[in-house]
Amino acid sequence: MSPADRFAALPRLLAADTDLLRRGRWLAVECRVDVGSEPFFLSIREGSLAALDRGAKLMRSTAFSFRATDEAWTNFWKPMPDPGWHDLFALTKRGAASMEGDLRPLLQNLQYFKDLLALPRREAN
Amino acid sequence: MAPALEPMVGRYVQLEIDGVPHRLYFEEAGPKDGGGIPLVCLHTAGADNRQYRHLLADPEVTKRFRVLAFDLPWHGKSTPPDGWERGEYRLTTQSYTAAIRAFCTALELDRPVVMGCSIGGRIVLNLAIAHAAEFRALIALEAADFQQPWYDTAWLHRPDVHGGEVCAALVSGLIAPQSPAASRHETLWMYMQGGPGIFKGDLYFYRVDGDLREKVKTIDTRVCPLYLLTGEYDFSCTPEDTLRTAKQIPGVEVTIMKEVGHFPMSENPAQFRRYILPVLNKIAD
Repeated sequence: MSPADRFAALPRLLAADTDLLRRGRWLAVECRVDVGSEPFFLSIREGSLAALDRGAKLMRSTAFSFRATDEAWTNFWKPMPDPGWHDLFALTKRGAASMEGDLRPLLQNLQYFKDLLALPRREAN
Repeated sequence: MAPALEPMVGRYVQLEIDGVPHRLYFEEAGPKDGGGIPLVCLHTAGADNRQYRHLLADPEVTKRFRVLAFDLPWHGKSTPPDGWERGEYRLTTQSYTAAIRAFCTALELDRPVVMGCSIGGRIVLNLAIAHAAEFRALIALEAADFQQPWYDTAWLHRPDVHGGEVCAALVSGLIAPQSPAASRHETLWMYMQGGPGIFKGDLYFYRVDGDLREKVKTIDTRVCPLYLLTGEYDFSCTPEDTLRTAKQIPGVEVTIMKEVGHFPMSENPAQFRRYILPVLNKIAD
């Protein structure tokens, strides 16, 4: 399964995590996550994924984006990631990921987003 | 049933730091009959002395060491100095060094061992550079002469982002994935409880004022032994940062700790114990 295919399971993984839904309950935002060369557009409402649209969307507006290479996601989602691959900021520091745009909603809900983007780790590839 | 009391005792000490009156909180535990080699423990930026509660409760340590862990001014239960509301908090090499030396003097500690983590590790390097003869040994955890920043500290103190939550969320990635969940979240809880702008003010020392490149080359471990220990999952102070620093210091002992991140003593006390006991035993023997 490709890293993008693993990420496509996000709605199901999030729906099963009542604690993460609780922690994100104040959040409403449009954001973009790139898994390798594949963009995903997340519409988050009250901590839930109202939509997860895969693939390029013309003129789609988002608050912020988080992009990482296939190698970065593959390592980040290992059940026990290796040092330097185990956190979103470890990825950005090593140059394997980047964040752009209005980062305020990301920083306001940072642990939520860290845990959201780590959800595919729960399913063995 | 007798109360399940832990061995450490907490007290306040009044002292002056650079001529300014302060009231510092500290906890200590040591040999039952008193004495012991004083071991002063320095917490990480934006946290407090609770990070050392497992060391303070470890009879293998306290049978020979008098362990003292104090909250820096503005941290934990140490109050800020009078008039704090009129300025922005910023830790500097000078103010941090002065606080440690004032505490050791006030407690009348005879050539203590000092162990610090993160900013505490960095300042331990400065003690080795500038005041080595005052100490029996120095232990720097997660320390290097310099580290590349990995986020903008402006996010740590602004009205539209919860300071406690963002501080904890940022540092959460510095904890090793193997660390027990309870210890991970206890470590993060302390970050959630810091005063507004304090973590950011500590990092002024770390990022701007405390660059020790070149200066570490002057450390003489014959005057005071120096030990560096860094966790393999620390991407803030990486093992490479520590090893690069160690290369410049003849006689330093360096250890890279497996399955540990930036907060060894609180994120995984059992794993840290495996690494720190041999160091403490060597100092005590």
